[in-house]
Amino acid sequence: MQTWQKLLIIAALATIVVVASTLVYFNYFAKRRLIISTTTSLYDTGLLDAIEKNYEATHAVDINIISAGTGIAIQHAQNGDADVILVHSPSMEKTFLEQGYGVNRKIIAYNFFTIVGPDADPATIFGKNATEVLKSIVAYGESLEDQSGQTKVWVSRGDNSGTHSKEQSLWKAAGYNYTLISEEPWYASVGSGMGDTLNIANQKSAYTLSDIGTYLKFWNNDIISLSALLTEEESLLNIYSAMAVNQTLHSQINYVDAMNFIQYLVSDETQQLIENYGKAEYGQSFFYGAVQPLKENALQPIVSWIQSAAFFDGSECPPQYRNGYPELYP
Amino acid sequence: MVDILGGIMKALQLIISGDPTLYGIVYRSLFFSGTAVILAVLWGTPIAMLIALRDFRGKTIIKGFFNSLIGIPTVVLGLVLYLVFSKGGPLGFLGLLYTPAAIILGEAVLVTPILISIATAAIEAVDPEIMNLAKTLGASESQASITVLKEALNGVLLSNIASFNRAIAELGVALLVGGNIAGLTDILTTAISRYTQRGELDLAIALGIILIVIVFLINMIIITARKAKMLFTLGRSPQ
Repeated sequence: MQTWQKLLIIAALATIVVVASTLVYFNYFAKRRLIISTTTSLYDTGLLDAIEKNYEATHAVDINIISAGTGIAIQHAQNGDADVILVHSPSMEKTFLEQGYGVNRKIIAYNFFTIVGPDADPATIFGKNATEVLKSIVAYGESLEDQSGQTKVWVSRGDNSGTHSKEQSLWKAAGYNYTLISEEPWYASVGSGMGDTLNIANQKSAYTLSDIGTYLKFWNNDIISLSALLTEEESLLNIYSAMAVNQTLHSQINYVDAMNFIQYLVSDETQQLIENYGKAEYGQSFFYGAVQPLKENALQPIVSWIQSAAFFDGSECPPQYRNGYPELYP
Repeated sequence: MVDILGGIMKALQLIISGDPTLYGIVYRSLFFSGTAVILAVLWGTPIAMLIALRDFRGKTIIKGFFNSLIGIPTVVLGLVLYLVFSKGGPLGFLGLLYTPAAIILGEAVLVTPILISIATAAIEAVDPEIMNLAKTLGASESQASITVLKEALNGVLLSNIASFNRAIAELGVALLVGGNIAGLTDILTTAISRYTQRGELDLAIALGIILIVIVFLINMIIITARKAKMLFTLGRSPQ
């Protein structure tokens, strides 16, 4: 046998050893894996780290978090590469359920998006509602002397995330064609996560739409100096849901642990953890639990806001998209 | 504004205090890249020997092919490998996605072109008379090619080091097939990306410092090795 043939055989054996040892380790030695594909805001604020730590302390499961953004999280789930997804884009979630990729949706939390911008507020958006804000931003963008595309007024995630999808619906609600707006010279689409987008908006003294959690964390850590100029109105409501990936589509989905985890998320204890997260350090909750107000159907505006924004056919998860676990839907 | 100096000071504290998260990431980075390079060396060296020592049609095209693959954007390869390893993809049944093996295999594929290109050039640079001489002295084909490989050792080692350099500094493959899972598949580059994204700049800076030091050391080794060629030629009989 020639030298190169021997070497190739050794190479093949080495490759098999790497693959086989990984398979043996994950199948026989490691704890069961639960792969969670999540929107960046839940992860970047650190909330999921806290939840993971708590959950792993009481369950023999290894939680693996892939933080990407709602669009990619849904893509992962469609390919069968995640067991649970945590997302915040009701329109995408609806399609996802309709196509049969996800089951047992539960609304777990909410907060508000915020429109942030430079302290000086050159487009004078402070005190206006979302539609007026966007109109002021367009007017300011068009009034700029520099229309070469060097000066940016608005920075967009541009990554098909839940925040990006919210931004698109806000433009639409304000009467603009999103495709045309996104081609304006003063509009920057950065295709990045929330943190990067905030950094870029900060560098360019531009405005952007952010989830409140990531903004507060960056602002409190003095990484950005942008101010939250518009907060807490119905159009800026940000609703987070959990869904299990449909195990009938992909045999390797860890459905049982996925459902255990969703039940854990909606439990009183975890809802409390979500409410308290960030309070001690930042003086303000990043997220509010959605389970209790929805269950009590309390006469708070927030309940009707959530229902009109994120309910499909009058339910957070219509019966045809459920699979077992009736206790989740009293 | 970002306090750069304060960030660097805190980063140095983390490095000196032996922060376990930090060193876990460093360890995984070295381990994954190291294993990837070993795999690439094992399957790349015989291919380089074949290309360099044989005459066949299309040799230039094959060399050009590997040369042009050197510059493939890591994120493109990462995307291709994600689709391959994804549960819906051709190798999905193995369940390797988001495991260390996926990163190791992906980085091995990534560095194979650079390894083959440099190693081929090194073997070709060896005087063809050496092979003939070895054969006339009674060496078999196999022994003769090993003799040539020894002659080219300096260049072959250079190809290994350059491969390691590329593997440890790449982001796209590890991010897409590894998933950047904390404590399992996060490595230096992906963790820097994560901590920057999360606004936890101290850790990002600390990891950045370590990555730069590693890359710097590797390049120092290459330069020193080139100067001290003697080091690798010791133990070989004079010609």
